[in-house]
Amino acid sequence: MTDRFEAHDYYLMDELLTEEQKLFRDSLRAWLKKDVSPIIEDYYERAAFPSQIIPGLGEYGCFGPYIPTEYGGAGLDQITYGLLMQELERVDSGVRSTSSVQSSLVMYPIWKYGSEEQKQKFLPKLATGEFIGCFGLTEPDHGSDPGSMVTNFKDMGDHYLLNGAKMWISNSPIADVAVVWAKNEAGRIHGILVEKGMEGFTAPEMHGKHSLRASITGELIFDNVKVPKENLLPGRSGLGAPLSCLDSARYGIAWGAIGSAMDCYDSALKYAKERIQFGKPIASFQLIQKKLAEMVTEITKAQLLTFRLGQLREEGRATTAQISMAKRNNVDMALKIAREARQIHGAMGITSEYSIMRHMANLESVITYEGTHDIHLLITGMDVTGIQAFS
Amino acid sequence: MKILVAISKAPDTTSKISFTDGDTKFNEAGVQFIVNPYDEWYALVRALELKEANGGSVTTITVGGADADPIIRKALAIGADNAVRVDATPSDAYFVASQISEYAKDKEYDLVMTGKETIDYNGSQVGGLVAGMLDLPYLPNISKLDVAGTTATAEREIQGGEEVLETQLPLVLSASKGMAEQRIPNMRGIMAARAKKLEVIPAASGEALTEIIDYSLPPAKSAVKLIDPENAADLIELLHSEAKVI
Repeated sequence: MTDRFEAHDYYLMDELLTEEQKLFRDSLRAWLKKDVSPIIEDYYERAAFPSQIIPGLGEYGCFGPYIPTEYGGAGLDQITYGLLMQELERVDSGVRSTSSVQSSLVMYPIWKYGSEEQKQKFLPKLATGEFIGCFGLTEPDHGSDPGSMVTNFKDMGDHYLLNGAKMWISNSPIADVAVVWAKNEAGRIHGILVEKGMEGFTAPEMHGKHSLRASITGELIFDNVKVPKENLLPGRSGLGAPLSCLDSARYGIAWGAIGSAMDCYDSALKYAKERIQFGKPIASFQLIQKKLAEMVTEITKAQLLTFRLGQLREEGRATTAQISMAKRNNVDMALKIAREARQIHGAMGITSEYSIMRHMANLESVITYEGTHDIHLLITGMDVTGIQAFS
Repeated sequence: MKILVAISKAPDTTSKISFTDGDTKFNEAGVQFIVNPYDEWYALVRALELKEANGGSVTTITVGGADADPIIRKALAIGADNAVRVDATPSDAYFVASQISEYAKDKEYDLVMTGKETIDYNGSQVGGLVAGMLDLPYLPNISKLDVAGTTATAEREIQGGEEVLETQLPLVLSASKGMAEQRIPNMRGIMAARAKKLEVIPAASGEALTEIIDYSLPPAKSAVKLIDPENAADLIELLHSEAKVI
């Protein structure tokens, strides 16, 4: 599949970007078109993770680009991080997920809450992709309500003893390090770094996904795992610690979803202009134009929302609720655009000749993970009313 | 090896071309500009490979305004050591070649490289003019280049085959497809480019010898007329009266 993608910059958003931001974005786009777009459909169909792209993801800045250079990152701003996530998800949500997890859910907590030794040991290798990380918060019986988790650790004097299980963990079967959230004996949530090979620690792959098939997902099972005490993240405890990581990841998802939507729109626009029915391109028909016009309108609105969120995040002012709004709006927007784009492509839209159906299936995960569509609405509801309606 | 690579700004190949000011100016609105592919993919990358193998330095030179800086930064991110921009409008090939040769004449470059053409005007003149002005050998349209000591061996496609050329450095050449593989700037390259020097110098004296009077687009392709096989007489009539081929 030749990647013919062209970005339709309807509101001249590029004029808001620096030359360097555009260079990072365009370079990643060029690499993805060359090395990832041609193979992604095949890996998706086979439900296989294209692990050969990991060094490239590191090389083009997709692993913790905002981490300071002293720890192997690039010290980049939040808009650049967002643009990179947009480009990745433009190709595949699963590829973006791999990068989001590594960046926001593994490198971010180690950078923010880790000891100097932990930072030195893990961050440079995570930045290049030599190490892959995963993040264990969700449990089989605790998804939207992570505070009720049962995974726990006991202080055994010279080490901690970790027990429990995590589920729906992106990257887990191939991870060298897992950032695991577990309760201590007092019921307080802490982050613990569990390393591959620790006795009693397994990460079986989960199969049968109809979505994010080019990303690897698994469980984390802890059966009396002895974890050295220096593997506890010392900087922060409580549910706020993992939730702050989710803020970073959801911010990336808000950008990523725009990428999926841009790809579906671009493909639909091209198809509509090329596909002839009743003697003329289907783009001539009002109902097709309605779909395309609404798509570009929604994408443009999401771009403006997300760019402003990026400015706020760069200034350290973006709230969790603001991030929720962007994640929820943009993923929903992208999913609706994928469905409309599928219709414009007619029967071709269900085939692997086009990326549409893959984006649509992927987005069904994205609308659920990192806070479901409904939970994010309740976060906005709580923010504007001051009343919590979760429970 | 000391190498100078001429880099120019060109519209992206997918750009929609239109003109303004009574068809006397190219309309740049909405056009994405890129490094001219022959300059970037082939000349610059081969220059970097030669530097990596033999040591030395790669400098890029561009004749243009500050609007060319993004493409120069990209060349630096790909790996050029430093860049020079002659602050002037690149009005024609003779003017551009004058500026490049004026800059290069006392700096003892082993190689001066250009793309075989820039994809906007497709003039293919700058390399040859620079060679003439510097009184150096010129190897045009080169698809393969090796350097051993001071001897350069180059290949280029000719009608029905390939030609192998050998000459001594210093020389000027223009690069065509095949000389190197594209390099995409990576994170480290983009970060390193921040600290690299982009020197802006005033134009040396020199004049354009040509002037663009106006532009026009190629005629649109006309629609195909389908003639029923049973109406051969209509076909003959159209070939005679419209196509005027019989």
